[in-house]
Amino acid sequence: MQTAVIVFPASNCDRDAAVALEKVTGRVPKMIWHRDTEIPSDVSFVVIPGGFSYGDYLRSGAMAARSPIVSDLKNKAEKGLAVAGFCNGFQVLTEAGMLPGALMRNKGLKFVCRPEKLKINNANTRFTSRYADNSEVTFPVAHHDGNYFADDATLNKLEKEGRIVFRYADNPNGSAQDIAGIVNEAGNVFGMMPHPERAIDPQHGGTDGLDLFKSIIESI
Amino acid sequence: MKAIVYIGLKPGVLDPQGRAIARSLNDLGFAEVNSALQGKIIELDLSSEEKTEAKQRVEQMCEKLLANTVIESYRIELRD
Repeated sequence: MQTAVIVFPASNCDRDAAVALEKVTGRVPKMIWHRDTEIPSDVSFVVIPGGFSYGDYLRSGAMAARSPIVSDLKNKAEKGLAVAGFCNGFQVLTEAGMLPGALMRNKGLKFVCRPEKLKINNANTRFTSRYADNSEVTFPVAHHDGNYFADDATLNKLEKEGRIVFRYADNPNGSAQDIAGIVNEAGNVFGMMPHPERAIDPQHGGTDGLDLFKSIIESI
Repeated sequence: MKAIVYIGLKPGVLDPQGRAIARSLNDLGFAEVNSALQGKIIELDLSSEEKTEAKQRVEQMCEKLLANTVIESYRIELRD
C-alpha cells in the first residue's frame, strides 16, 4: 500500500505523519513537494500534515489550498482518493473547499498545546471503524486557529449525516458544537485539529492515534 | 492604479480579537467603545488602466484567495 504526505514550506508534522504511515503500512510514504503538480497514481492515501504552511500568511492554510498539488489532490479526491488533514492540514482542506466551514482564531486567543480528550461521535466511517462509538481517546492538540465555524445550515447537515466524527470532551478553542473532526459527504476526505500522528508511540504518551491510521488503511 | 481591499469578519461571526481590543479600550477609560472588529487591509499596486475591469479582477482575487467568504466579507476601493 503506497501512501503519501504533502510537504509545504513550514509544514512541521510531515515527519510525524510519515512515521505513523510507515508504522501502519510497513512502507515508507512518498513525500510530495507543494510545487509538484501530480499525486502519483499508485498512491491510495494522502496526508496533509500539520504546521504553518506558507507561514500561515493571509489565513491559516489559505495559500497551501491554492497550490498546484492541492488542485490535483482535489480532482483525485473527487474520484475517491482517501485524504486526511491534521491541524494545518484540516485548515488547508477547509480553505480548499474539500471540507465545509472554516477554522478561526481560538476563542480564548491563546495557543493551546496539550493532550485533549475526544469522543468518537461516529465509529462508522472509514477513518474510525476500529474505534467503538462514544469511546474516548486522547490526542495532543497544538494550535492557535482551531475554532471551527460553519453556518447553522451546514452544522445541521453535518450532524444529520453523521459527519461530525470527533468531538472535544472539554472544548479547548470554542469550536461550534465541540467539533474536533469532520468527514466529507462521500466519506473519503477527513480533517481534524488534534494530532493522531503524535499519538502512535507509548513513549510519546499514548497510542490512541494508531487505530485511525489502521482504520483508513484497512478500508482501501 | 491602487486597489485597497478591506477584509473583515461577517456580522454574526464571533471576533475574539475585536472583543479583546474593545475590552482593552474600555479598561483605558474609553467607555464609549461598544465593540470593535479587527480586519485587514491589503493594498494592491495594479498595472490596470481601466477602473471597471480592474474592480472586476480584484473581486475575483477576493473570491479566489484574499477573503474566506465562509467567514469574511470584503470591500474594494480604487485609487489613481
